[in-house]
Amino acid sequence: MAGCFTPGLFCIFYSLALQFRNDYPLKLMFELEVKNVSKWFGTRKIFENINLDLKSGQSIAVAGPNGSGKTTLLRIIIGLTVPTAGEVVFSQENKKLDFDSYRSSLSLVGPYLSLYGSLTARENLKFISKVSGTLSSDSDIGEMLEKVGLDGRGDDYVLEFSSGMQQRLKYAAALIKNPSILILDEPTSNLDDEGKKRVFNIINQYRPDSIIIIATNEKEEYSLADSVCQLGE
Amino acid sequence: MPIQSVSWVSKTLAVTRKDIVSEFRTRYAVNAIVMFALVTLTVISFAIGLLSPSKEILSALFWVILFFAAMSGLAQAFIKEEESGTAMILRLSCAGSIVFFGKMLFNLLLLITLSILIVPLFIVFLKISPADWIIFTGGVLMGLIGLSGATTIIAAIVSKASVKGALFTVLSFPVLLPLLVAAIEITRVSFTGGSFADISAPFQLLVAYDVIMITLSSMLFDFVWRL
Repeated sequence: MAGCFTPGLFCIFYSLALQFRNDYPLKLMFELEVKNVSKWFGTRKIFENINLDLKSGQSIAVAGPNGSGKTTLLRIIIGLTVPTAGEVVFSQENKKLDFDSYRSSLSLVGPYLSLYGSLTARENLKFISKVSGTLSSDSDIGEMLEKVGLDGRGDDYVLEFSSGMQQRLKYAAALIKNPSILILDEPTSNLDDEGKKRVFNIINQYRPDSIIIIATNEKEEYSLADSVCQLGE
Repeated sequence: MPIQSVSWVSKTLAVTRKDIVSEFRTRYAVNAIVMFALVTLTVISFAIGLLSPSKEILSALFWVILFFAAMSGLAQAFIKEEESGTAMILRLSCAGSIVFFGKMLFNLLLLITLSILIVPLFIVFLKISPADWIIFTGGVLMGLIGLSGATTIIAAIVSKASVKGALFTVLSFPVLLPLLVAAIEITRVSFTGGSFADISAPFQLLVAYDVIMITLSSMLFDFVWRL
């Protein structure tokens, strides 16, 4: 029986040891290249030969009518959808990175992303900061909630939040990782005027040293980016 | 904001803790598993009635209850994440291995809790008690480890499908068959009062199954989880 145990336990410990690596999510300088990316759903072309080149401190708005592929492009950029052709390359000092290497530096805010309804706002932020490798203290979380205008609501269940409050919390969840790459899909959806103002301030605060990609149909949000990539033309 | 490193173990335990807290508040999987196990146990005890089935049959019935109870609730670990849109948070926050082991640990704790509840009731209702508690406990524990490992990866696969519930059981049965055969044999020996020598072969099979299943699942999980 020992003959079976020894190699078996070695296999388990070896596979665990491979996983024991720490992430150090410092504010890093990145370059994002989207090279000739095309996406087809069956015989229907969504977009073809998209090329983008962004470095830390640069931002772009991806615009276009409904169904033009804005969200699909964002999903391809963050590695959740495979492009039909082309590739997305994240690099740091000309060194190509794989998804595991830049995941902790990437944050997304989008309508298809939800937070845990059965946890409080504070518990959500604590969980996300922990699993993403940043250990935020209670005061950090309090500051983040204040930043998005949810101070005093930290101990409420997310299930009880309005859609606008959930959108604000998504920003807190995205920023708690101190991201170097910020992907925003419909960044001001469900927000009131005060919420929009806060989001504009947050984006402007992150613009100098982050890559920001915004998918939007709102013309006023184009001002948050250095350039506009128009899809569906 | 101070940035510190968090170990792989802490991240994994954070996923497990999140699932426990969430489950404690919603009782989504616990209710399904416990109710299914209790109803099945009651039905079996009524069906058997005054008959006195052999210990071989009773040991098989014990694992039938555990298997189907697990099938009724363990898939929720991933289905709930996918349906509520929270899976994206996990995908963008941590490596697949952290999610896999975090969820597996949660499933294992759920199964252990279920067993603690079911074993005394099984003994009372079906009037059978293990002659050797060490063999019984060891067999059950190793069986539950394999069951949680296999169901975790299968739940991740099934959560992408449109017909989730039925597919989970259909996919799980062939994968879990070797585990069930070995676990039933160990339980039978524990009921009949055999020695450690009698469980050598099924116990080796069970250990090998657990090791292979958990190692392979953790290596393949990223492919299932990412897309």
